[in-house]
Amino acid sequence: MDRELVFELPNDLQCIEEAVEFVVGRCATCEETGRKLRFNFRVSFTEALANAMIYGNGRDPSKRVRVEVALRGSALKARVIDQGHGFDRTTVPDPTAPENIECPGGRGIFLMRKLMDEVHFNERGNAVTLVLRLPETESIRREASA
Amino acid sequence: MAFQVNRAGDVMVIDVDGQLIVGNRQELKQMILDQVESGERKFLVDFTHTGYIDSSGLGVLVSLSKKIREQGGELRLSTLNEDLRTLFELTKLDTLFRIADSREEGLKGF
Repeated sequence: MDRELVFELPNDLQCIEEAVEFVVGRCATCEETGRKLRFNFRVSFTEALANAMIYGNGRDPSKRVRVEVALRGSALKARVIDQGHGFDRTTVPDPTAPENIECPGGRGIFLMRKLMDEVHFNERGNAVTLVLRLPETESIRREASA
Repeated sequence: MAFQVNRAGDVMVIDVDGQLIVGNRQELKQMILDQVESGERKFLVDFTHTGYIDSSGLGVLVSLSKKIREQGGELRLSTLNEDLRTLFELTKLDTLFRIADSREEGLKGF
């Protein structure tokens, strides 16, 4: 059973946890309850929403964040779009470099890339797509029950 | 309440219940900074009841650790599950913190 969710969030950091649990809960009902969804996706989706609100929308409470989630076949895709001007992701430093290890920030995109199977940014840099490949057995089970 | 503080001798033990993320990291930071201001120098953050931590949560632990070290103290971590430990390993923050397998081990020799 394929599933799609589309919604908008106010630019409020306090909304992130509830939004993450909402998406994970809706996907979990599709029988995917694996570790990657519980942990990798939760962390990465939180990062994407926080980046959109803080850096993309500049903490502007009048702006919004759009979320598009699609569970199709064996892939969960979550696209997070902010209303900002985008950013140059080539300038993001390596947070694991010795000179950066004690920096309080700069680990968000790094974690998304490490924890998700794919991470894509649009050219403008105001939308990120997270892709999580579901375990094959879960995908087969979902298809069989559809 | 996401954070519970208990004293164990001269160590302040903080339990993180739920998530440590961008939405509540400031609460933890201010709570520990207030304790530092009051003269506390030894802190153990325990993750027995923690679901996940994001980069903001990691960042607040890094900045608190630095601040506490500057004051001659130490911030230790304990009871990270496999997923949380992976986060620290991926970011190499396992090299920055003393991470104990249990609260009891974390309190040893503090």
